[in-house]
Amino acid sequence: MTSLQTPPLSAEPAAPGSHALRLVRVLLPIVVLAAGIALWELVVRLNNIPPYVLPAPVAVFRTLIADWPVLSQSLATTLVTTFEGFVAAAIGGVALALLFNQSKWLEYSLFPYAVILQVTPVIAIAPLLLIYLPQQTAVVVCAWIVGFFPVLSNTTLGLNSVDRNLAGLFQLYGASRMQTLRYLKLPSALPFMLGGLRIAGGLSLIGAVVAEIAAGSAGAGSGLAYRIAESGYRLNIPRMFAALLLLSAAGIVIYGLLALTSHLVLRRWHESALGKEN
Amino acid sequence: MAEPAASSESYSGMAGLAVSLRGVTKVYDNGVNALGPLDLDVRKGELVSLLGPSGCGKSTALRLIAGLNAPTSGSVRVSRGVGQSRAGHSIGFVFQEPTLMPWTSVRENVRLPLKLSHAPTAEANARVGDALIQAGLAEFAEAYPRELSGGMKMRVSLARALVTDPDILLMDEPFAALDEITRFRLNNDLLSLWRNLRKTVIFVTHSVFESVYLSQRVVVMTPRPGRLSAEIRIDAPERGEEFRTSAEYAAYCREVSHALAPLQSGQPGS
Repeated sequence: MTSLQTPPLSAEPAAPGSHALRLVRVLLPIVVLAAGIALWELVVRLNNIPPYVLPAPVAVFRTLIADWPVLSQSLATTLVTTFEGFVAAAIGGVALALLFNQSKWLEYSLFPYAVILQVTPVIAIAPLLLIYLPQQTAVVVCAWIVGFFPVLSNTTLGLNSVDRNLAGLFQLYGASRMQTLRYLKLPSALPFMLGGLRIAGGLSLIGAVVAEIAAGSAGAGSGLAYRIAESGYRLNIPRMFAALLLLSAAGIVIYGLLALTSHLVLRRWHESALGKEN
Repeated sequence: MAEPAASSESYSGMAGLAVSLRGVTKVYDNGVNALGPLDLDVRKGELVSLLGPSGCGKSTALRLIAGLNAPTSGSVRVSRGVGQSRAGHSIGFVFQEPTLMPWTSVRENVRLPLKLSHAPTAEANARVGDALIQAGLAEFAEAYPRELSGGMKMRVSLARALVTDPDILLMDEPFAALDEITRFRLNNDLLSLWRNLRKTVIFVTHSVFESVYLSQRVVVMTPRPGRLSAEIRIDAPERGEEFRTSAEYAAYCREVSHALAPLQSGQPGS
């Protein structure tokens, strides 16, 4: 059968072929996911595994719906924290990169500390922050700490990647510092900056979750991570899975939104956003 | 690096000269002795080619004239047009690469020099429009650089250099990366621009044929450090396809090649 089908397929023009390929790339992971879930359901049912050991997917979905009022509120809390941390990371990272770019002295004095902040595991910093800061602030600060560094380092890289001849042109026409920054350096750095933001989005979520878990026993946090910890203590395993599901869905949506933004901003000129044919 | 303004001075009393270099040398920070000492005078309205092998300091000389780098020693004098206060205005520069801003349209790329000098919007619009028409780019004004061919990008670069109506146009191997057909066309365009606008043009190239075809004078330079090796005047009033295929053109090319030949073995001739 396959040997019969192959010749017409390869004889097809390139456009439908690439279209089919794209369809396959979307369909394959979905098929794998469906198969995985079906297998999981099957294993749980056939072996009669109790839900407090491993809940079946159907049970998880049922919990997701039944506990939606609680879970949705937790989701909102975590998302707000992530968003605040992300915005702080974006502003802080870009602002620091601009400062460093304008003053080498500032860069030399402060950059090592940015690195230290980055390489110290946030899970180890979180308990300290929770002692010194109000809980909500501490959680946002955690999200910020993990999120700002990729923005800072990528934006710095971008600001330093300006085309030398273009820089010479700006010099020739007597451009001021502000003009060079606005018309040359910032647009050059934009693709790098967006790359940094894309990483920061996911990291902010991680930062928020880490801080919520660290804060868990200490206060009245009601984020998704707190729900996971709490459900763990109560052996409510289906709810743990449901909360986990929401967290990864949130991560996927955040990444997707940032990737889309990046694509929309760069699609007219940057190599990364252009199709292979162009 | 010192501010270029310190050494690239402007003199109004440079009778008839657009650019005058005296004993100019350039040693880069990494110790490379790139240029000189070089003496070079370019008359107003002249089209001069600097010809030499790669790394002979041609581009360095151009950057010194533009004030993008400061000479290590010697003086660089550039005449200033009437009523022009800022040195940048009287010089247009075309790089080897088109050096366009990929994130904005052709129109905005051409407008850049005017934007940087805070030219009034209405005047800038008019000038940009003229420059685009002059370069044959009117219908591509809203295109992005990546949508253009190599030759078109170079036209944008040229239009941008001309939009400030500079007295001196410095061109650093501008057509080196283009195919021959496109290069011929752009050479002709450059010649007709030069005839109409009477700018001083200093054209850096490593092509014997291009230098003879374009210029009134070919300045042959030695390899590193770049010095003046020979000067050949091309006395042909008419340039065009006829000139390109004439015996006269071939003879000039032979003469220039001969001047260049001893330099290939690394021994500067005189």
